[in-house]
Amino acid sequence: MIPMQHFLVLSGILFSLGVYGVLARRSAVLILMAVELMLQAVSINFIAFAVYLAPDAFVGLIFAVFVITVAAAEVGLLLAIVLRIFRNRATANVDEVDTMRW
Amino acid sequence: MSVEEGVFYAIAALTVMGGMGVVFARNVVYSALFLILALLAVAGIFLLLSAEFLALVQVLVYGGAVTILVIFALMLTRVQDTPTALDSPQKPFAFLAAAGVLAISILAAVGTTWPGQTEKINAIPLRDFGDALFRTWALPFEVASLVLVVALVGAIVLAREEDGE
Repeated sequence: MIPMQHFLVLSGILFSLGVYGVLARRSAVLILMAVELMLQAVSINFIAFAVYLAPDAFVGLIFAVFVITVAAAEVGLLLAIVLRIFRNRATANVDEVDTMRW
Repeated sequence: MSVEEGVFYAIAALTVMGGMGVVFARNVVYSALFLILALLAVAGIFLLLSAEFLALVQVLVYGGAVTILVIFALMLTRVQDTPTALDSPQKPFAFLAAAGVLAISILAAVGTTWPGQTEKINAIPLRDFGDALFRTWALPFEVASLVLVVALVGAIVLAREEDGE
């Protein structure tokens, strides 16, 4: 059998790739992709905890469903916001949208 | 090494490869394709964790809907004539932060003494899962569907072309 730590380490690698992507990319769409990677890492963790540590309650499994739901809502909203920004400013790079920056 | 472990390492390698492709690719479309690879590989990880239902949902929602939305967003926000840098100048700091997160999460995963056993996967029957989702967690489930409706209606309102624009 595979020990749970294997899954946790995999999810840690995926999460830090997501962190790198969010901080290093300029385009809002590429940042969104990196956020998706981080959400996947969180889902893996939740499910691993549910099936290894608490198989009687399996709250982690339920929570993974909500993670997927919220991620879907987030992608839809972000697409709309990026389109709106692109229409107004002709760019989707987050560092060029700095009107409110002090 | 058992067959199960071999499958795990193969799928984990695919996942990490996809993730690295997403954040390091020099072409946004390649990034999106690597994202599909990573998401499908994560569905495989869910299968290995004996969460078949979530693996199917993952393929349907992420493999289908989310990646199509992302590719649409890429297509609609393309600036053809002036290719700009994909990465921002804070790349070294991003690398440091990611390395820090990686070190902390691996140390935490390996170093913690977990309450309960960490050797064996307990498959949760689909019937129990559905029971819990629609009895114990029925209210949060409905709230989640409301969140989805509100977010998508908001997305339509935001993205719509208005008169006089």
